[in-house]
Amino acid sequence: MFGDFVGKRSDRVKNIVERGAVKKFAEAIGDPHPIFVDEVYAAKTRFKRNLAPPTFPRVFDYGRIEGFPFPVDGLIHGEQSFYYERPLYVGEQLYCYAEVDDYYEKTGKSGTLGFLVLKNYGEDLAGEKIFNATMVIIITEAVRKELAVK
Amino acid sequence: MKLDQLNHGDVLQEIELPPVTRLDLIKYAGASGDYNPIHTIDEEAKKAGLPGIVAHGMWTMGNLAKLFTPFYEEGYIEKYRVRFVGMVFLGDVIRLQGKLMEHAGDRMVFEVRAVNQKDQAVITGEVVFKRY
Repeated sequence: MFGDFVGKRSDRVKNIVERGAVKKFAEAIGDPHPIFVDEVYAAKTRFKRNLAPPTFPRVFDYGRIEGFPFPVDGLIHGEQSFYYERPLYVGEQLYCYAEVDDYYEKTGKSGTLGFLVLKNYGEDLAGEKIFNATMVIIITEAVRKELAVK
Repeated sequence: MKLDQLNHGDVLQEIELPPVTRLDLIKYAGASGDYNPIHTIDEEAKKAGLPGIVAHGMWTMGNLAKLFTPFYEEGYIEKYRVRFVGMVFLGDVIRLQGKLMEHAGDRMVFEVRAVNQKDQAVITGEVVFKRY
């Protein structure tokens, strides 16, 4: 069933790299560096403003893909990657959306595992791509059975 | 130190995190919006067949990136790719490691790892740091 979603994407959602959210996030990953949290400090750097940590896009709303049964319990996060054209700036606005990139299955000793590849995108208001993120989610047979029953 | 001065095979200053606490994971859940209860509630983790609550992979990945934060004036993380190869449990002491593998033009490629107190990798991956 996941294969049917490959190529489907969500409608883009406008997000803001919110100062308070960046501070809370930087603290939660134990990295409250002034480049992320201190406005006065940041004004003296080459960027003239605060940056967001590279894994901050976890926070954004990417919209929903019609009919896509996520999130569900029991998923395993296998891989994650980020690609940036430039760092994210605190205060900037981005359009974000998600796309189902791929789905495949592999059979091994513990049964057949499903691998779902989801992509997240962030563009500035002019439509320039700023970042993308790829997530590989492992779906066990038990989870697939549960979804099929629903 | 500047990243620029590193040679092939040189390692970044290792960072050892304090033992993982439930509060760390509650804070990350709140900050990230990932409220999957296997990261915060014992019974839910056990229901999922785990011995106890496990850290969000993204918590560890977020921590690992701080190896590069001191160098923000030199460049930025252009690519950051990891595999979650092991689980992180409460009380685990995670060490963050980075090693320069390649330096070509304005790009520096680092192998990065997060390992636990048994020296088992929980994350393996790569950072491409693009210099200005």
